[in-house]
Amino acid sequence: MNEPAGTTGLVFNEPLLWEKGAPGRCGVSLPQRDVPASPLDSALTGDAPDFPDLSEIDVIRHFTRLSQWNFGVDSGMYPLGSCTMKYNPKTNERQAALAGFCGAHPLMPESLAQGVLKIMFELQQYLAEITGMHAVTLQPAAGSQGELTGMMLFAAYHRSQGAPRKKIIIPDSAHGTNPASAALCGFKPVAVKSDENGLLSPQAVKAVMDTDTAGIMITNPNTLGLFEEHIRQVADIVHAKGGLVYGDGANMNAIMGIVDMAQTGFDAMHLNLHKTFSTPHGGGGPGSGPVCVTRALEPFLPVPRVLEAGGRYTLSDDFPQSIGKLHAFYGNFGILIRAYSYIRSMGAANLKKASQLAVLNANYIKERLKGTYHLAYDRPCMHECVFSDKYQEAHHVTTLDIAKRLMEYGFHPPTIYFPLVVHGAIMIEPTETECRQDIDRFIEAMQAIAREAEESPELLHAAPRIPKVRRLDETLAARKPCLAG
Amino acid sequence: MKELSELKFADDVRYAEDHEWAKLEGDTVTVGISDYAQDQLGDIVFVELPQVGDSFAKGDEFGTVESVKAVSELYMPVGGEIVAINEALEDSPESVNNAPYTDGWMIKVNPSNPADYDSLMDREAYLEKLKGQEE
Repeated sequence: MNEPAGTTGLVFNEPLLWEKGAPGRCGVSLPQRDVPASPLDSALTGDAPDFPDLSEIDVIRHFTRLSQWNFGVDSGMYPLGSCTMKYNPKTNERQAALAGFCGAHPLMPESLAQGVLKIMFELQQYLAEITGMHAVTLQPAAGSQGELTGMMLFAAYHRSQGAPRKKIIIPDSAHGTNPASAALCGFKPVAVKSDENGLLSPQAVKAVMDTDTAGIMITNPNTLGLFEEHIRQVADIVHAKGGLVYGDGANMNAIMGIVDMAQTGFDAMHLNLHKTFSTPHGGGGPGSGPVCVTRALEPFLPVPRVLEAGGRYTLSDDFPQSIGKLHAFYGNFGILIRAYSYIRSMGAANLKKASQLAVLNANYIKERLKGTYHLAYDRPCMHECVFSDKYQEAHHVTTLDIAKRLMEYGFHPPTIYFPLVVHGAIMIEPTETECRQDIDRFIEAMQAIAREAEESPELLHAAPRIPKVRRLDETLAARKPCLAG
Repeated sequence: MKELSELKFADDVRYAEDHEWAKLEGDTVTVGISDYAQDQLGDIVFVELPQVGDSFAKGDEFGTVESVKAVSELYMPVGGEIVAINEALEDSPESVNNAPYTDGWMIKVNPSNPADYDSLMDREAYLEKLKGQEE
């Protein structure tokens, strides 16, 4: 196939469900009642919710049609940077759908939930081994909640030392949620600029680190896709003043099984199961952001915790220094099964290989596109590379135009205008999912778009014309949001 | 984005490193962001301002400005107490794009130290700085 992957085809307009159906239409046949009627107290009842009357085919067509408007990793390459969008193997879904897991109730007695608890216990062990950390909580339901958990652990630790601290250092190359998580926990975020190589500078950290600073939050590899080379030195500076180091593990896909995070000086870090461990991402979620800690922080982990003794698994709340509960029951358990399935089906050697391929793929794209698009930092990258629209500015073509045009070639646009430290950023993360041939097609599409930017920029300004929904008025949507259906 | 020559730079205001402008009128200093800053940010959709009565030092963050591309911090060009905020920006943040030096003003400050204002750049110095960035 030589033509571009993106093409036109018949898709359907589809109204809201409330505009479909007709009174009395029904999708299920309820069996005849075989017990006497027993009216509820009228104080307990009210009007039925306003649900539309629909047949099964109404509902099936509705959601099938909406799905045809969509773009997912199952339909094409989805090279968002900073947000690992790897393929979610279908075996994960199969394991999560096993009747024993689906039917498990969170209030089942431990004796009837041994399999479920064993999965949680072993997943904790696997995540500890992959990161090099000592203990793990599976409760946080997202990366951001993992960050908040980490900050609560830091606060609890400093309180236990008898000296609460007020500030947290956050480099400008960290993830955007980091300062928000720290602030939500009552810390004052202190920004530190990255150096001319896009890396964290030990001198800059040393200049702001003091005994009122609880620690530092570091994303490694950072949002520029670069490995923080001075990580150990920075950690030593923070530790020397009694501070702790938090690692945002959102970019762990570059270094699974390769870097021992405890050895780099991390005291706590989160993982995003919906990024690195192939569980559904975004609308397919929910998310899961387990937090891994060193021995010193273990007493503060959320409860209940899964314990094992003589092959029996139990849940325990008996950790007096614990920061408490963060999620109803035990976290997003259905997602934990999928990550467990991924780790077990890959095995240790292949997890490492996945990271190696993710890094190789990103460097391949970086090298092949670096003359075509301006490369923000020309040095070996990890799992993602960051370009900008600097070469295209002369033709009055922006990053947004490039991203929109890419849709017409059949690729999901990469992350744009982030990280903020690169003006007009185009951040590309191919992941290990894509094969060489598909990556070559992506590179050729990007090269073709750069040629179009010079020769016929109007093609980019008008893009996208093929998708059902064309260029949206993001400004109007943000200024005058309409949230009703 | 526009060329520098296409942008307007008022000559009755002073400019800060972070692209805020400050205008001294009697005892108060009015603050907004420059035409260059609004052009770089793109369409502005929300401006978060402090409350009247809040006090900040020079260089402190006093609010944020959100465009379709990003959220950016706003920094005090002079230290002092907030004596007024531009409440009209809540409903019409586009004023910052359309009229950055007039309708798009953000806060009025009762300065704590007159030297703060004197240390800001005039139009020529600010333009020099921007030209330096372009290269």
